[in-house]
Amino acid sequence: MAAPATTTGTTAHGGAAPAPGGSFPPFQGNTFASQLLWLAITFGVLYWLAAKVIVPRLGGILEDRANKIGNDLDEAAAMKAKAEEAGQAYEKSLAEARAKSQAIAQETREKVNADSAARRKTVEADLAAKLADAEAMIVATKTEAMSHVGAIAADAASAIVNRLTGAAPAPADAAKAVKTALGG
Amino acid sequence: MASPIEQFEIKPIVSLGKIGGSEIAFTNSALFMVAAVAIIALLFVYGTRNRSLVPGRLQALAEMGYEFVANTVKDSAGHDGMKFVPLVFSLFMFVLVCNLLGMIPGAFTVTSHLVVTAALAAIVILTVIIYGIAKHGAHFFGLFVPKGVHPLMLIILVPIEVISFVSRPISLSVRLFANLLAGHIALKIFAGFVATLLFAGGWAILSPLPLVLTIALIALEFLVAVLQAYVFAVLTCIYLHDALHPGH
Repeated sequence: MAAPATTTGTTAHGGAAPAPGGSFPPFQGNTFASQLLWLAITFGVLYWLAAKVIVPRLGGILEDRANKIGNDLDEAAAMKAKAEEAGQAYEKSLAEARAKSQAIAQETREKVNADSAARRKTVEADLAAKLADAEAMIVATKTEAMSHVGAIAADAASAIVNRLTGAAPAPADAAKAVKTALGG
Repeated sequence: MASPIEQFEIKPIVSLGKIGGSEIAFTNSALFMVAAVAIIALLFVYGTRNRSLVPGRLQALAEMGYEFVANTVKDSAGHDGMKFVPLVFSLFMFVLVCNLLGMIPGAFTVTSHLVVTAALAAIVILTVIIYGIAKHGAHFFGLFVPKGVHPLMLIILVPIEVISFVSRPISLSVRLFANLLAGHIALKIFAGFVATLLFAGGWAILSPLPLVLTIALIALEFLVAVLQAYVFAVLTCIYLHDALHPGH
């Protein structure tokens, strides 16, 4: 080391280079070789580290992370699509089930209505028939009863005459008299 | 009290012999260069050893540093400049860590020596020239000929372009060197004032003034340390952009 003499300027605190001949440390030419040598060594090692280890490794880490995030996002999007699809399918099946149940209800209602209508019709027909029969019987019984009224009246008249007179009239006379009386 | 430039002195720790007139030694400067590379290796090699998907503290810091450099290269030099990421990363981290190590009281600032910053600038400019000529051949010199200009104007413009290109390594190296040198000298002078005033009788009451300035300067120097490393990296990217796309 040529110039440890720079420490002589201890009293002054001016910024100017104190002595001539390159004693201002950055311009001391005799230190350049060793500075450059060590710079070459250290910077060389640093560049080698950066090129071979640091940059590829960090680039890899960041790329892996970007890929992972991208994949995860894609996966999430796919799952969301699947979930939406499932939701739609559920809605669809729900709508179908609802439509089906309504159809079944409608059908059942129609069937029940038809059944009850048919049954009512048969019962009504039955009742009408029975009514007609009963009316016919009544009419028949009435006409029959009416037909017997003359004979009964003639019998009664002959009996009454017999009791009153002691002699029974001829049945034809009695019947004639009854007919006249009934005919008014 | 020590001279404000004593801190820039190169002191040999282990002498390794002589080449020509100059001594080759492991110096305080070399020590801090080795320390800087060791710190960078610790952070970026040891810190990323797990390659975790979810980064830990060291790895997050390493990733931040790497992404910052990668984005700077992508923005300034373009997508095809990504092959220069190792170079820009090495330059940025080396300058940054050397600058910050220099902020430790009593430490040596590697980047306060012009020969170091000039060597770093030479690496950049030689990369630009060699890569530019290897990739584009004579086309690379189109860099000095602005397009769409009247031929007569070229007589003036071409020398200006050449001068601006030549001044790049000078400005690149001197900017870094001068910022660090001046900052550390100013810091030392103001800190020296504090001591001088303290032992100057009644003037001692004034000693807090330079102390406050010193504290402010330390903050400023941290800013300068980071900013100059960033400027160095960005300018490197811009120059590399010229090597990649010489046609303006």
